[in-house]
Amino acid sequence: MAILDLANPVRFLSLSARILPWIAGAAVVTLAVGFFLAFRAPPDYQQGETVRIMYIHVPFAWLGLFGYSLMAASSIGILVWRHPLADVAHKAAAPVGATFTALCLVTGALWGRPMWGTYWVWDARLTSMLVLLLLYLGLMALRAAIDEPNRAGRAAAVLTLVGFINVPIVKFSVDWWNTLHQPASVFRMGGSTIESSLLWPLLVCAIGFTLLFVALHMLGMRTEILRRRVQALEARAAAEAMA
Amino acid sequence: MTHFAFIAASYGVATLGLGLLAAWLLADYGRQRRVLADLEARGVGKRSRRETGDAPGEAP
Repeated sequence: MAILDLANPVRFLSLSARILPWIAGAAVVTLAVGFFLAFRAPPDYQQGETVRIMYIHVPFAWLGLFGYSLMAASSIGILVWRHPLADVAHKAAAPVGATFTALCLVTGALWGRPMWGTYWVWDARLTSMLVLLLLYLGLMALRAAIDEPNRAGRAAAVLTLVGFINVPIVKFSVDWWNTLHQPASVFRMGGSTIESSLLWPLLVCAIGFTLLFVALHMLGMRTEILRRRVQALEARAAAEAMA
Repeated sequence: MTHFAFIAASYGVATLGLGLLAAWLLADYGRQRRVLADLEARGVGKRSRRETGDAPGEAP
């Protein structure tokens, strides 16, 4: 059986009903362990206790980018295969990705004030993350502005793919421009530069937030499938009433 | 503000943001389930499925 046959809304509802509680539970447990490790980790030799903001700020940044990449992959599913589940995945990812990106910006500002002496600078990394948030908001506004769902999905998919150029810009902004934001310190050639006592709590928190992202996205997808079912039934009821 | 206040504010904003997102998603999910159950109780889905041959609960 082809993968596309497996990825239909009915099968998704059935599968997600079984695995969603486990993913949500695993997210809560992993985050509890991650925060325990994060607050037991030693303070950073330069940042002091403020390093504890990194345990949430960095996963928010990664997942903001992950959410947009997921939407870009879904956009290909919308434009090439016109797959209904790809459209559902795209639409449901936007508010979740936007929230993680906004939280990345806010927690970054709250880290920047004590460390850099300012909440905000028009630095390439910060500005490209703000552009990412504006792309998420623009995509949600675009869908809301077009009544016909298929047209809205295709327009949002095209804009998503155009905006995907921003993802490598966010990632490599610290290498391409002279930025106040520090360069990559976890995923880089030559390995991580973070001391293992700080790195492990960060990775556990990142896994916990990733599970939370997946759970929230799956819940959003289930809701969107039900919404489309409701709209289809209401349309049928209206047609029957007119007949 | 002390460094502790910045740390507390960060974790507070994160909890609030994710809590609001989860609450909104759960409320929306509950609302769609109620509307769908109401439509099916009125027989809208059954009558249409009889005519179109769709499986029960199948999404469009």
